[in-house]
Amino acid sequence: MRTARTHFPSAVAMHGALLLYMLIALFPIFVILINSFKKRKSIFREPLALPNSDSFSLIGYKTVMEQGDFFLYFQNSMIVTVVSLFFILLFGAMAAYALSEYRFRGNLLMGLYLALGIMIPIRIGTVAILEMMVATGLVNTLWALILVYIAQGLPLAVFILSEFMRQVSDDLKNAGRMDGLSEYQIFFRLVLPLVRPAMATVAVFNMIPIWNDLWFPLILAPGEEVKTLTLGSQVFIGQYVTNWNAVLSALSMAVIPVLILYVIFSRQLIRGITSGAVK
Amino acid sequence: MTALSLKGLNKSFGKVQVLKDINLDVDDGEFVVFVGPSGCGKSTLLRVIAGLEEASSGDVLIGAENVNATPPSKRGIAMVFQSYALYPHLNVRNNMTLALKQEKQTKAVIEQRVAKATQMLDLQDYLERFPSELSGGQRQRVAIGRAIVREPKLFLFDEPLSNLDAALRMNTRVEIANLHRALDASMIYVTHDQTEAMTLADKIVVLNEGRVEQVGSPMQLYNNPSNRFVAGFIGAPSMNFLPADLIHKGDTRTLGIRPEDLFLSDDGVLSATALHVEALGADTNIIAQLGEHQITIRLFGQHSVADGESLKIGFTDEKSFYFDSNGSRVH
Repeated sequence: MRTARTHFPSAVAMHGALLLYMLIALFPIFVILINSFKKRKSIFREPLALPNSDSFSLIGYKTVMEQGDFFLYFQNSMIVTVVSLFFILLFGAMAAYALSEYRFRGNLLMGLYLALGIMIPIRIGTVAILEMMVATGLVNTLWALILVYIAQGLPLAVFILSEFMRQVSDDLKNAGRMDGLSEYQIFFRLVLPLVRPAMATVAVFNMIPIWNDLWFPLILAPGEEVKTLTLGSQVFIGQYVTNWNAVLSALSMAVIPVLILYVIFSRQLIRGITSGAVK
Repeated sequence: MTALSLKGLNKSFGKVQVLKDINLDVDDGEFVVFVGPSGCGKSTLLRVIAGLEEASSGDVLIGAENVNATPPSKRGIAMVFQSYALYPHLNVRNNMTLALKQEKQTKAVIEQRVAKATQMLDLQDYLERFPSELSGGQRQRVAIGRAIVREPKLFLFDEPLSNLDAALRMNTRVEIANLHRALDASMIYVTHDQTEAMTLADKIVVLNEGRVEQVGSPMQLYNNPSNRFVAGFIGAPSMNFLPADLIHKGDTRTLGIRPEDLFLSDDGVLSATALHVEALGADTNIIAQLGEHQITIRLFGQHSVADGESLKIGFTDEKSFYFDSNGSRVH
């Protein structure tokens, strides 16, 4: 197919490069997925072979379902991720709006202070955080994780969102004021819908590290009731013996919700980019 | 009845004073245009009237009521923005009804007002469209419609035509004039384009560096400018300024003559060389060099003047203005 705007060789090269990148990106996931359906011996004998009638086995999934409380872990991970994301986006957007919209003394300093967290890893403060959680009795609750993840996600959220909010036209906000919207309504009904692509970006950036995190669940919430999926999967990795079937099966299942959330957010991203501008 | 009065209005941003002691009255049903060069404070003044900016001192009265502490939506005004500022995620109908819903008007009232406004602006076919699906002119009409449905006592227009192309600008100008006639409401219109000001206004307010230079009807400002700034700003092409010394030896004043009041004549007192000729069909503009000054001569009809030709230029005394060194009119 020839059209005025595409040049055939360059289109091939572009698609080739993208396909190659896709293969490289998907390969590890593909290997995890096929091996999760194989017997233990076949995993080691031919790690790259597809499962066939000889090597096919659901033993990994069975182990995961029987041992430990997989669904509880799953639920814990989901609650922690979704609640953290919600508050990161809410508080991040509100702080970003205040910084970009209102002129007040110390605005710039406040902005720098809020962005400082991008450069300082929160794990440095692990001991202090643990002491704080012990003191407040939040150890072994999901709230401990949620609070830490909100703190971890806010700096980048404020930084990205305030840049985007500066681009929302003043006329539009003023039109809202003339039409009788309160400052909160302007924020929720005019500004937030317009920065939705930026919100999606922030959500994607924050979602994956939170879902995959092992550090804070291990330290702040190792109890059986509040284990997250990543921590729960660790029971299959032993010092001497690792149940690879179970590990691979657990990982395969852990990918699914992230994938779903990602699809939802990336849709927002695309819609945001293609929707009409102000003028 | 006065629709709007401004009393001793001042506004500063930090150390910069952008509005200096503005006093002004707008009568009911009057079309007032604020005109001035960029940065003269005209948009800021409009924002202060709208309540989007707070004045540093002074009073704003709308319909004899002091509105210094009244939020924009309660002032009985509506505003049309330069960038239209339509809500991009709402369709035309919802753009127009948002303010009415905020005022908690009944469904019937909303329906009726939207129907009336869309009929006036010819927008019936576009009610379900989103702003991104409209052309510039249609967006402009929606922005005006959003103001009309509120049935305000006072309309504020902030350079509403500056994003339109020349042909559409002229049509919309006529539409706004018709709208003013049909609605019988007071309107304040901000522009830097003196043609818009001359064609639309009952009363023009010329602003410069945050100060009101002169207030008057278009013809008053054209025929009787009170200072050099107004004389130069009103009228296109703008007035020629020459040292009066060229005519009367030793005169320190500045002589101002409009391009259309100059004519070619063999016994003209000014001699110049034609630099460039703009033939427009209905009239001919000649840009000429007079000593170290450049002047513009506007002749009606078509004239054949070659570049570099020597010209003798005349003018009459009653069509000339004199300004002192401070820019004030002295004759």
